[in-house]
Amino acid sequence: MARIKTYVRPMQGWWRRNPYYVRYMIREASSVFLAIYTVILLVGLFRLTQGEAAWDAWRAALASPGSIVFHWLALLTVSYHAYTWWKVAPKTAPDLRIAGRPLPELVITAGGWLATLGTSALVYLIVRWM
Amino acid sequence: MAEPRTIEIEVLRYNPEKDTEPHFQSFQVPFSHDTSVLQGLQYIKDRLDGSLTFRWSCRMAICGSCGKMVNGVPELSCHTFLRDYYPGKVRIEPLTHFPILRDLAIDQSDFFEKKLPSIKPYVVPKEAKSLSAGAHVQTPAQFQQYYQYSQCINCLLCYAACPQYGLKPDFTGPAALALLHRYNADSRDRGWEEREEILNSEEGVWGCTLVGYCSEVCPKQVDPAHAINQNKVNSTLDYFGVLKLLMPKGGG
Repeated sequence: MARIKTYVRPMQGWWRRNPYYVRYMIREASSVFLAIYTVILLVGLFRLTQGEAAWDAWRAALASPGSIVFHWLALLTVSYHAYTWWKVAPKTAPDLRIAGRPLPELVITAGGWLATLGTSALVYLIVRWM
Repeated sequence: MAEPRTIEIEVLRYNPEKDTEPHFQSFQVPFSHDTSVLQGLQYIKDRLDGSLTFRWSCRMAICGSCGKMVNGVPELSCHTFLRDYYPGKVRIEPLTHFPILRDLAIDQSDFFEKKLPSIKPYVVPKEAKSLSAGAHVQTPAQFQQYYQYSQCINCLLCYAACPQYGLKPDFTGPAALALLHRYNADSRDRGWEEREEILNSEEGVWGCTLVGYCSEVCPKQVDPAHAINQNKVNSTLDYFGVLKLLMPKGGG
């Protein structure tokens, strides 16, 4: 470290300084809705073990206006989270090479998006059928 | 263009002997289509204010000394052109997240004296080989495993892009961790155990939250974010003792 006087700039409000950081913060924040949604599902599973009355009460709670607003919001943010998840996937993926050349990032990202849309559509169709 | 155009360059000034905090100063600088931001700064130093302090050397994106924040984005100033900002103004600040020594010169010692040496940025061979035994040979495929990461020019743009480094200065950071991976990925190297303590720590790969901006600003396409996040897997394998089985000493 230099022994002469230096000036250290404050970090306060750092994430508002660059649109890249704002998108990062939205990406991270959108996972909160995913966590809440998971807890709601787990509560549902727990209520199922407590018998029919408890299960029906949980389902009635889901049908309340507040719950519906939350679920639309969760769908929106979780969709965005899934979108960004695959955008960063090339960074978290191992070093993938075909004939010695690195796999283009777009292949990993677009492949992920297609797989997400495909499985979501499949699950939707199966649930509709049942 | 027959006549040179003029652009406003705003520079962050800080004189440690007089100022308690930095302030901006504006200059009017004539430029042509091929005037870099660095040349704009040199014009100011040569003709308008000789006290302006900044680092530069090669002028061709190789030496890595002239990194600055240009309109809030970490850039090599030799690699950025005034024409792209005209008719707006250009605001030049020292690379963010580093202490300012004077004007645009930052204190780089945290990287060069602490972070970089800590990752052992040299080949640690499996066993010492005498000169008469010949060179350590490597196939082109093995070379490709680390070539990209060896292109780092230590310009520190990635540290200026990394809010984790700004928030937690103990974080080893993008360039040092990418270079750590560069040596670990080298087939001639068998030094990962000497680097594992740093790699596995909170100050190592786990300090990264994948903001990803480091890879975006890297002028040499080193992709530090990829280097770091691949090693989260290696760190996990190491934790469970799998890495020792995959890369035994003396073998492979």
